[in-house]
Amino acid sequence: MYTQGLDQKTGDRTQPGKAESPENLARFQARVDAEEKIEAKDWMPDAYRQTLIRQISQHAHSEVIGMQPEGNWLTRAPTLRRKSILLAKVQDEAGHGLYLYSAAETLGISRERMVDQLLAGKAKYSSIFNYPTLTWADIGAIGWLVDGAAIMNQIPLCRCSYGPYSRAMIRVCKEESFHQRQGYEIMVALCRGNDAQKEMAQDALNRWWWPSLMMFGPSDKDSKHSAQSMAWKIKRFTNDELRQKFVDVTVPQAEFIGLCVPDDDLEFDAESGHYRYGEIDWREFTEILAGNGPCNIERMKTRTEAHENGAWVREAAEANAAKRAARAAA
Amino acid sequence: MSKDWPLYEVFIRAKSGLSHRHAGSVHAADDEMALNHARDVYTRRNEGVSIWVVRSSDIVASDPGDADAFFEPARDKIYRHPTFYDIPDGVENI
Repeated sequence: MYTQGLDQKTGDRTQPGKAESPENLARFQARVDAEEKIEAKDWMPDAYRQTLIRQISQHAHSEVIGMQPEGNWLTRAPTLRRKSILLAKVQDEAGHGLYLYSAAETLGISRERMVDQLLAGKAKYSSIFNYPTLTWADIGAIGWLVDGAAIMNQIPLCRCSYGPYSRAMIRVCKEESFHQRQGYEIMVALCRGNDAQKEMAQDALNRWWWPSLMMFGPSDKDSKHSAQSMAWKIKRFTNDELRQKFVDVTVPQAEFIGLCVPDDDLEFDAESGHYRYGEIDWREFTEILAGNGPCNIERMKTRTEAHENGAWVREAAEANAAKRAARAAA
Repeated sequence: MSKDWPLYEVFIRAKSGLSHRHAGSVHAADDEMALNHARDVYTRRNEGVSIWVVRSSDIVASDPGDADAFFEPARDKIYRHPTFYDIPDGVENI
């Protein structure tokens, strides 16, 4: 990942002198069409830059907020093995957030500004993290479904036209597979357990299924950013295409462990080879994005407190660095 | 509200025998913290045996806008490649 600090040296990172002339835009689109990667210091249309800043920073915020629902179970994991695994997974989410903030910074936005936007409630993060984790089975369901949906979304992003984002996603995807498998393993263990454990697994699937489908975003006909992002090769598949892929691979996994997907309209269409699924409740999605989900307020409060409670550590580290630099100079 | 800590670029040697390769970047208050952060962020699965960190502001980079002119001197010197030379059929080990 090239960086902001590196770019500022040239003094013209956005190259305002190079107007967005038809020639420049055409040359840029030709590079994208030829599957060339766009790098941080290359000329790019401002709308491309802003779209990426919005998408990558939201992605980073999602990783950071995403630590909370799972962190909720760290002290209550049923065994030391599960606890170690969950701790490693939550640490990975922090790491993914950092890779992504770095990638976003190459576009000229500071880390500080992104964090401020999140804490001020101006930046969005994935709707899925505004649901509570009520039982241990929710940790299984999150790994299996939420990380499963994330992988479905992120694998095509490895081929995104913007080099730093693409490279960050390759790193994330390498690590994400462990997340999904550990989640499914939790579900398998519960489904092979007693009736109460199996019921707990089914209850978790019931609550996480529809929110997981919503993770792919609005339906294609209502997705305002889709067409342009596809043309820029930021996105490779539409929301509905990815959602369909997710349903197709996940339903058999549920059946394998004897769980029932909570959708009365779900049926396999032999002719197309796809599962047909019921209507998503988009009102719920809209409400959550508007801040009215079950945990929106709690998530932001926890994040804000963590940031404020860490202030003295950041100040102490700066003071220590200044003291050492002064000693070295003396 | 504090300012961002300085940015460091992270280079990792995956195993001995390979060169260090750019992995990403981290913010840190000083050099030692940069090394620790780089280890925590980029080598959670034994991805490296050695890490370099360098202040991003200390890197001098060529400008992609000038790439054509900058790399032009090498462009017409195709005689630097072995395939430029005709060797008669039948000559071996060359």
